[in-house]
Amino acid sequence: MNTIPDFTISPRIDQVGVEERASRFTKRSIKNETKIIGLKLALNMIDLTTLEGKDTDGKVKQLCYKAMHLHDVYVGLPTVAAICVYPSMVGVAKKALGDSGIKVASVATAFPSGQSTRDIKIRDTKFAISQGADEIDMVISRGKFHQGEYNFVFDEIAAIKEACGNARLKVILETGELGTYDKVRKASDIAMYAGADFIKTSTGKISPAATMPVTLVMLEAIRDFYYKTGKKIAMKPAGGISKAKLALHYLVMLNEVLGEGWMNNEWFRFGASSLANDILMQLMKQRTGLYQSGDYFAND
Amino acid sequence: MAVKKNTLKLKFDSSRNLAPALESKSVAKIAERYDLFINGKFEKPSSKKYFDTINPASEEKLSSIAVANAADVNKAVVAARNAYEKGWKKTSPKERAKYIYRIARIIQERARELAVIETLDGGKPIRESRDFDVPTAANHFFYYAGWADKLEYAFPNRNPKPLGVAGQIIPWNFPLLMAAWKIAPALATGNTVVLKPAETTSLTALKLAEIIQEADLPPGVVNIITGAGATGAALVNHPDINKIAFTGSTDVGKLIQKAIAGTNKKATLELGGKAANIIFDDAPLDQAVEGIINGIFFNQGHVCCAGSRLFVQESVYKIVLQKLKDRMETLIVGDPMDKNTDIGAINSKQQLEVINKYLKIGQQEGAEMFQSACSIPKKGFYCRPTIFTNVAQSNRIAQEEIFGPVLSIQTFRTEDEVIEKANNTPFGLSAGVWTDKGSKIFNMTSKLKAGVIWANTYNKFDPTSPFGGFKESGFGREGGLHGLGAYLKV
Repeated sequence: MNTIPDFTISPRIDQVGVEERASRFTKRSIKNETKIIGLKLALNMIDLTTLEGKDTDGKVKQLCYKAMHLHDVYVGLPTVAAICVYPSMVGVAKKALGDSGIKVASVATAFPSGQSTRDIKIRDTKFAISQGADEIDMVISRGKFHQGEYNFVFDEIAAIKEACGNARLKVILETGELGTYDKVRKASDIAMYAGADFIKTSTGKISPAATMPVTLVMLEAIRDFYYKTGKKIAMKPAGGISKAKLALHYLVMLNEVLGEGWMNNEWFRFGASSLANDILMQLMKQRTGLYQSGDYFAND
Repeated sequence: MAVKKNTLKLKFDSSRNLAPALESKSVAKIAERYDLFINGKFEKPSSKKYFDTINPASEEKLSSIAVANAADVNKAVVAARNAYEKGWKKTSPKERAKYIYRIARIIQERARELAVIETLDGGKPIRESRDFDVPTAANHFFYYAGWADKLEYAFPNRNPKPLGVAGQIIPWNFPLLMAAWKIAPALATGNTVVLKPAETTSLTALKLAEIIQEADLPPGVVNIITGAGATGAALVNHPDINKIAFTGSTDVGKLIQKAIAGTNKKATLELGGKAANIIFDDAPLDQAVEGIINGIFFNQGHVCCAGSRLFVQESVYKIVLQKLKDRMETLIVGDPMDKNTDIGAINSKQQLEVINKYLKIGQQEGAEMFQSACSIPKKGFYCRPTIFTNVAQSNRIAQEEIFGPVLSIQTFRTEDEVIEKANNTPFGLSAGVWTDKGSKIFNMTSKLKAGVIWANTYNKFDPTSPFGGFKESGFGREGGLHGLGAYLKV
């Protein structure tokens, strides 16, 4: 049995070092067949997302169709991993996706601020589950975290995990509100020990969202957790990744920090809305040698 | 949770299967034959002899290089003396600065060509020659261009004057960069130069000669002569040299010091090292592991200040070792011209033999050897990244400079213990300290006997920062304001 560590002494992170290391991954040159494999893998790792006040059934249905038919001109493309929506849209998405195998992820727990009571957060989660959500993306209580109330944050994650039942739980740290890499690391440790299946950088509502150094710190936390417990935790950077090239940099980083065992959509996701089209454009370019107009790719 | 130990090893095989991303060789114009650069012109050697320079990654011949004999050396020194007396020492500092600045600009303009040639001739990964060697070389010229007309401010009330003719001998690990380290401060201070690059890596120095021509530097101000040890000895022993600047092995450094004893020649020697890289249990461990990797595997470990002795505090030893081994598996070893290569070719067959000798010695001494599982090319000179554990202070692999991608690892318990062990070496070039605690950094850096000490980083170089050794790692400083002093009468 592994004991829960003292989170006040989470491993230290050196800012200069972690940023330097993150930039090294961007120096890898990904070409030809490796590029095509990488692009398809990235496509297959996307949580295609719409999280807006103005979301409607119609919008969500269109997004679900896109998820299943990314670009039919290109035969043999994978689908995205999941659709990510608000709880009220889970039912619509579930029905639209049918037996496509694409998961429905729902944000919950008073997303994006998390400023509500535990009771409401649990009910929010349970509602999403009852609508058929396969995955729950919760937010941590950043205010409590900054106050040093680590037990509160821990217990809340554990309670939501319990409410999730068999659904996989993604814990959003909202790293843009945490301020330092040390705090990102600490929050990652708390989330993993409290029962997170995924740790996720951001809601997409706060800038900065995912960055490579922040993701690196979280991947290293996952690695340390794996070394200690033998348990794999998945990773989801979200927000700010809209270009295929950047997605490939993330995959290089994943490959060199956690290795092959994480190189699939069970263990890694991109939370993104516009990334898919840029990847499609790059894939078509690899196939035809020419860049096509954005008008050839459906905007959903 | 019950965990099987062997499941915790991460798997990294695929990182080595990246599609080739080769840098184009077409920018590299390498002549079939290179003569000696004396008095602003390329001249045939009076020795009439040439030797082959090869690509250590493929063992293919790149070019023929002239051998300078004593007569050629004399010619070069005479040219440098004439240039000094008749023009360069009277040239206004501002004018000198313009030339140096022009050289820096041309290096930048021809950066790709220089990077490709550096990699072809020396075996270092193109990523390093492109991102480190060439830009840093240009930076040295830019930096010293700025000092040329400010020497009075650098040494107030001392009336600084140039020494005269500087004989400079550089090693094969950073050929162009070392040439920049030597030439830039010498020119800024008003000296003229005879430079001899290392035998295995003459090409970028000869390209620099072309650049110097292009920059219209007056003939004779910089002369570049090629050859092996005998050429270097002739240069050191030439009576009309005022200063010797040498970077290379401690053995040769001792010979030079003996040779110039009793003469008026000034000297700076930058020699070998066996640096301690010290990891405390409160260090940022993942970044420290990067520092270990960068400390010993940068440039195939052909770095005089390489962090070749790792000291890890016992309480974090196991986890650091686990992280280090996993990290080593992600290193890509192979064709230096591939942009994804992390560790390229060993510079020469001779050096590979030295490294392999130490790998044997380490195992015979009872140390445990670990190498990453990477494949290495069949042709060319390669060595897998290697670490030794169970190393004792009395092992040869912990005492002698290997100059390759070979790390010896020891553990320690207390600060005092590690300071004693770290200083217990004839060398004293550099050291690294990894801890989150500022006071510990200051305690360590004030007690470690090394010329350069990095805290929470390793192998960082900057033209503004002086570099040089303690004890048998040499004397004198290069870089920064200190680097000017080595070329001036003050």
